[in-house]
Amino acid sequence: MTAQARPPVPNDYAAYPDAAGRFGEFGGRYVAETLMPLVLELEQAYAAAKADPAFQAELNGYLTHYVGRPSPLYFAERLTEHFGGAKIYLKREELNHTGAHKINNCMGQILLAKRMGKTRIIAETGAGQHGVASATVCARFGLPCVVYMGAVDVERQKPNVFRMNLLGTEVRPVTSGAATLKDAMNEALRDWVTNVEDTYYMIGTAAGPHPYPAMVRDFQSVIGVETRAQVLEAEGRLPDAVIACVGGGSNAIGMFHPFLNDEGVRLIGVEASGHGLDKQHAASITGGRPGVLHGNKTYLLQDDDGQILDAHSISAGLDYPGIGPEHSWLHDVGRAEYRTCTDDEALAAFQLTAEVEGIIPALESAHAIARVGELAREIGKGGVIALCLSGRGDKDVGTVAAALGRKISEV
Amino acid sequence: MTQQRLDTCFARLKGEGRAAFVAYVMAGDPDPQTAFDILSGLPAAGADIIELGMPFSDPMAEGPPIQRAAQRALKQGITVAKTLDIVRRFRQGDQTTPIVLMGYLNPILSRGYERFAVEAAEAGVDGLIVVDCPPEEADPLADPLEQAGISLIRLATPTTDAKRLPAVLRRTSGFVYYVSVAGVTGVKEADADAIGPAVERVRAASGLPVAVGFGIKTPARAAAVARIADAVVVGSALVELIAQALEANQPAAPKVLASARALAQAVRDSRRHEASIRA
Repeated sequence: MTAQARPPVPNDYAAYPDAAGRFGEFGGRYVAETLMPLVLELEQAYAAAKADPAFQAELNGYLTHYVGRPSPLYFAERLTEHFGGAKIYLKREELNHTGAHKINNCMGQILLAKRMGKTRIIAETGAGQHGVASATVCARFGLPCVVYMGAVDVERQKPNVFRMNLLGTEVRPVTSGAATLKDAMNEALRDWVTNVEDTYYMIGTAAGPHPYPAMVRDFQSVIGVETRAQVLEAEGRLPDAVIACVGGGSNAIGMFHPFLNDEGVRLIGVEASGHGLDKQHAASITGGRPGVLHGNKTYLLQDDDGQILDAHSISAGLDYPGIGPEHSWLHDVGRAEYRTCTDDEALAAFQLTAEVEGIIPALESAHAIARVGELAREIGKGGVIALCLSGRGDKDVGTVAAALGRKISEV
Repeated sequence: MTQQRLDTCFARLKGEGRAAFVAYVMAGDPDPQTAFDILSGLPAAGADIIELGMPFSDPMAEGPPIQRAAQRALKQGITVAKTLDIVRRFRQGDQTTPIVLMGYLNPILSRGYERFAVEAAEAGVDGLIVVDCPPEEADPLADPLEQAGISLIRLATPTTDAKRLPAVLRRTSGFVYYVSVAGVTGVKEADADAIGPAVERVRAASGLPVAVGFGIKTPARAAAVARIADAVVVGSALVELIAQALEANQPAAPKVLASARALAQAVRDSRRHEASIRA
């Protein structure tokens, strides 16, 4: 067991990772030697791009005119009334092109891949949102794209598979292991190790070997940067708390990061506890322990022997047995709080948001909504909360209908 | 003290003027008894060194044959502790054949690096290869292994350039494993001509014997690599025979051992032929 007593609290939370890609004991670069030179090359290329105003200007241009940023910050008046506590604002990432926050990261990475002279893109996907966002930017920039997707997910997310095909992407179903997101990631890594010359691996969440956790966080930080400015404008002060769902945790870290040094702002991540923490779930921090998988050290669901366990969540996008390493660190140093939400609670929040706000949230985002009510009451009237509505729920209507015992025809 | 078995082995083979044949099998695959019959039969079949796979649920660097072998082993309940039990049992009948464990970091981390090193040395393990632990992350593991006398064997690959090679070879002993292709195990086959200079480079930089693996499936291929390298590793081809035997409902051990015998013979004969041609 490597978990230690709580590590020291840093002076500057935003100064991580260190040169070795570590957030405290988490993160790092645990990849096969064949990939090490590629990961180091990526780190250099990203550092150069990050410091290049021309790269940032190009990215911002696409974020404005193609993605549709900034996304609105919307005061959810009726949800606020319903819960009877602090004011709840929704950061409307579901209004982005392709319907989720995933495109923020894909746009950054495709520009980087082009800058590096890569000619082929690979990606993994669970629910298909990152796959669709990857396929979208590859279509826009004219690069061939292969998306690895667990065979189980291919079956339960057929509309997204078809969307990717329409965008010209080849979806390769993965049958190894449990045939879900972690296996898709294994298969993408196997592709990368085999095609080292021309291929760029577009990881969809703030996890994997350094520099991915930091890079994906940077690309997603536009969420928190905008939210911070928008709350200041609307309320004349910072929020009391921000809250987001956490699978790999890219929307959450994008929301949290610009607030890390605002210590009065509570940061709350919501993990998927699936059927319950004593049954099958996907709550890596709450129900797991530190280990190494997919290139980073982080909290993982694993058995006593260190074998990775299959996660479960009704939301395919949270159905992953790990979490980004920065979340593991923020948890251990006590800067962020991680709570959980079951499948049933997420379903109820999904329906509630549709009924009182006229917004169908992604099942992923519904996990955050399910926990925002008690948080709003905890903080009380006069308080302000910003919630990251990371995606829209159109993709989930089939899953929700099935869970509610209703039948709809397939898209 | 245990890494002496590797040094002794390579010194002896150098005297014989030939390469080592390294056979890879997965611990407990397809079932503990069959796996032990295979393991204990390998030295007599001509394996000079045994690589024993430690199963992991998410073997990112493996092709389909070893992925499936890991799944079969996990289904049999094979753990780190049970893998070490297997080595212990093997050592009761064989004190000389080096055993190198090959696996992924998380089960070792989960066991605890120090505890693992002590237990592995006590069981009779000589070396350890950890696929997803590059030199940048290896120090916490290398310390207890060095103390226990177990070689941390490093992988050099076609993407490891001259600038990076010294970092890769730092704190290594026993031998260096040259991964001859950019890819997963058991799929692509490397061009023997391309391997030669790379093996030379690694040998010169490390002063250690160089084993070559990945994509070596046939005796002819093993013989070709044996003319260049100090050791030839065959894994997927042996493991695949287990899968085929299971499918055909036949005993696996005789098939695997017969194949190992043919591969070992090819490795033994390869430089002899060359010597006679030169003469």
